[in-house]
Amino acid sequence: MLETTFFYLFGGLAVFAALGVILSANTMHSVMWLILCFFNASGLFFLLDAEFLGIILVLIYVGAVMVLFMFVVMMLEVNQAVKREGWLQYLPVGGMIALILFIELVAASTSGVFTTGDMATTAHLGAEVNNTVEIGKVLYTKYLLGFEIAAMILLVALVGAIVLTLRERKDAKYQNISKQVNVRKEDRLTKVSM
Amino acid sequence: MVLETTHMTLNQVELMAIPLLPLVGALAAGLFGWLLKDTLSHLITSGAVILSALLSIDVFIKVLAGAEFYGNFWTWISSGDLVVNIGMMIDPLTAIMMVTVTVVSACVHIYTIGYMHGDPGYPRFFSYISAFTFSMLILVMGNSFFTLFFGWEAVGLFSYLLIGFWFKRESATTAAMKAFIVNRVGDFGFAIGILAVWYYFGTVDYREVFAAVPALVDSAATMHFLGWEIDTITFVCLALFVGAMGKSGQVPLHVWLPDSMEGPTPISALIHAATMVTAGVFMVARLSPMFEYSETALAVVIIIGSITAFMCATIGLVQTDIKRVIAYSTCSQLGYMFVACGVSAYSAGIFHLMTHAYFKALLFLGAGSVIHAVMSNQDLRKMGQLRKYMPITYITMLLAGLALSGIPPFGGFWSKDLIIEAAAVRDMGWVSDVAYWALMSGVFMTAFYTFRMFLLTFHNSDRVPAETKSHLHESPKVITVPLMILAVGAVGAGMWGYYTLDITNAEIIHGYFRDSIFVMDEHNPLMALELLEEDHTHSHFWLEKGALVLALLGIGMAFLMYFKESQLPAKLADTFPRLYAFLLNKWYWDEFYDVTIVRPVRALGTFFWQKCDLAVIDKGIIHGGIIGTVKNGSALLKNIQTGRVYHYAYAMVIGVFGLLTFLMLNA
Amino acid sequence: MVPLSSFLVVGAALFSIGIVGLFLNRKNVITILMCIELMLLAVNINFAAFSHFLGDIGGQIFVFFVLTVAASEVAVGLAILVAYYRQRRSIAIEDINTLQG
Repeated sequence: MLETTFFYLFGGLAVFAALGVILSANTMHSVMWLILCFFNASGLFFLLDAEFLGIILVLIYVGAVMVLFMFVVMMLEVNQAVKREGWLQYLPVGGMIALILFIELVAASTSGVFTTGDMATTAHLGAEVNNTVEIGKVLYTKYLLGFEIAAMILLVALVGAIVLTLRERKDAKYQNISKQVNVRKEDRLTKVSM
Repeated sequence: MVLETTHMTLNQVELMAIPLLPLVGALAAGLFGWLLKDTLSHLITSGAVILSALLSIDVFIKVLAGAEFYGNFWTWISSGDLVVNIGMMIDPLTAIMMVTVTVVSACVHIYTIGYMHGDPGYPRFFSYISAFTFSMLILVMGNSFFTLFFGWEAVGLFSYLLIGFWFKRESATTAAMKAFIVNRVGDFGFAIGILAVWYYFGTVDYREVFAAVPALVDSAATMHFLGWEIDTITFVCLALFVGAMGKSGQVPLHVWLPDSMEGPTPISALIHAATMVTAGVFMVARLSPMFEYSETALAVVIIIGSITAFMCATIGLVQTDIKRVIAYSTCSQLGYMFVACGVSAYSAGIFHLMTHAYFKALLFLGAGSVIHAVMSNQDLRKMGQLRKYMPITYITMLLAGLALSGIPPFGGFWSKDLIIEAAAVRDMGWVSDVAYWALMSGVFMTAFYTFRMFLLTFHNSDRVPAETKSHLHESPKVITVPLMILAVGAVGAGMWGYYTLDITNAEIIHGYFRDSIFVMDEHNPLMALELLEEDHTHSHFWLEKGALVLALLGIGMAFLMYFKESQLPAKLADTFPRLYAFLLNKWYWDEFYDVTIVRPVRALGTFFWQKCDLAVIDKGIIHGGIIGTVKNGSALLKNIQTGRVYHYAYAMVIGVFGLLTFLMLNA
Repeated sequence: MVPLSSFLVVGAALFSIGIVGLFLNRKNVITILMCIELMLLAVNINFAAFSHFLGDIGGQIFVFFVLTVAASEVAVGLAILVAYYRQRRSIAIEDINTLQG
């Protein structure tokens, strides 16, 4: 009973926040709405006995990714953009596509494939089952390769972000290693007869 | 390998060495001529050919004693029913050809050392003539139609390469192409003949084919060809004879032979006098077991031979280039040989081939010596009184001229007279009558033009231009020694063949040729001649001595007109200007071919090039069709790349949506 | 007891809203990135729901990886955006059209 209430609360707020994301005029507001949406999604995760994932969502997604969004939005001063004109131009097409997609997905979900058998009546796990431990049991054994690769992806993204945006300051002196190694004797040494 | 021993058998290694030695020499000089330089090149090639000649003489001696050889060395093709072996068949016919080829080739090799001295392509020339010797030997020594064809094509190739040896001269390259193309026309007929042989006999091996011919004739098999019904054996023989026509320069495929004089004189001697052009005669003699069964084919051979003999002799009467006179003489004498084969006197034909090889090669090499002395000026009108400067050349050419005219006891008398007598005796209706009159008039003309050339060069008046006078001298030993060797052959070959070898025995089996030539008894002219000789009731003066009389008349007339400078030739030319022009222009054969064949083919080619190739394919299909489609298509497609990122995003979404809908509808 | 289909419906709704946002947005690139985040979130919810109802922890592991990838993608995407902004001084979407064919 309580669970159903919380589900409708979290789910409804998530959808509402999503609508807010796309309908806001102000980009900063959009980011805020997205943060709200993530919080509610985190709540949904808790309802699904995936408390570790819920916390991770909050910590990483909201705490890091959204903050990054915030930084960029503020840095680029996007609010000075021109008032959007003609934004309803693509609404018929897009709206129809999205609507049909939604109807299809709902039809698939409620078609009875996923509501029969054990799936429909799974009970919640007991309090002694720790989501973190369960994830840990599998992540470092069965999915170890994926784990390592995910780490590599993060490393690459890190390096990539730096490479893309690094600017050298014009008033600072830097070493150019390749120039130093390629130097020749004629560049450095001059013989002068006295 | 299959070996058959009749009496003695010949040493296989020796037999293989005979063609392979020149080949090795050719490869060495050809591939490494730049390394070996001139001296080593000529030493290796000449040495190889001389060795080959000595081995051929050894084989010849053994064959005289009764040895023969027949064996296959290697199976080249074995595909279902078609089995082609590479092998050799050595019998008396082969042996005499081998000796002729190698000895003349050896003389030419030595001669070339002097003649081509200093030429930039010196090693290449030796490589070519050695390789040519190899090909000709394969042609005569082979035991199947395939080796014959291989040798046939190979000598054609080397003839092309040698005629166009000085390839920077445009006239030489066009003459080489003309030779090759006209040869090719003949080879086309030849190939059809060989294919017909394989089709009807199932094999291309000589012995097996010859054994099967009587059965085919008895069954009176006929074949359809372009709507006509032709007797099979006649068709095969005619097709093969077309090849001989091309190779040996018979009318109408004779047009390449005079132009082939663009090549250096040694090859005119080797290829266009002694060996390659005689391949046709050799082929007809070799295939006598087939030709004998077809009277039609024999008649065609006679007609073509007679026409050639007559026509080329008339053209030779008025030519002004010394080598052209000799070239037309070659065509004419080849006509004689074919007539001999046509009247079934194959042994006489081959005998004439052998003697002709010697004195014709001698004439060419002597002419080369003369040309060498007058610094490559070949015009008869600019020579004269050269006997003072070149005595050896003078005497040897005199001997050759006498041999060619048929004066006893020199070589040509024995062979040529025999041919004429055989043509007279063989009764084939109007065909043999035409042949007899053509040959007799040919004798007169041969003697006349030979001595015209001789006298204009060595006697008459001194018309040598001043700047070449200082250069006039007798040629060096390397040139005169081969002349002397060949002179011995020219003088003695006739008597040697007649008396020592008994080459013209009417009973072929008992004569020199044994079973290598086949003549049916009912039309063996030599047999008829013997009967006539024994018949002393009538006088056969004209039959036996008529040719000699005509030859003497011809020589006399030539002396009259050309011994001293006189106005008689010019007056004679002015009296019959049109006839003179007709003869001088070679009966307008080249112009005829130009109008009927060359121009239409060119027009056809241009049409195909312009209208079909350029317009339809290049512009229409490729340019318009393929390129146009690609261009227009990509012009349309490029509008998809709007450059706007959000368009791309939408495209992705629509794609996912479409996929999902498709999956849903399918489920 | 909330049935599985309810969770899936929530996921579907979020996903569709993300798509609509993609089409509606004309103004700036950041909105596109946010709509992508919405769609990824919807997928995550689906994964977690299936993981719970099938009793297979693998679904949650996958959420982990999706999270990782989404984070790195956002980082790199924003870096590109910043670099682009330095050049062009604008992040209006219509201005990103130099790759025209």
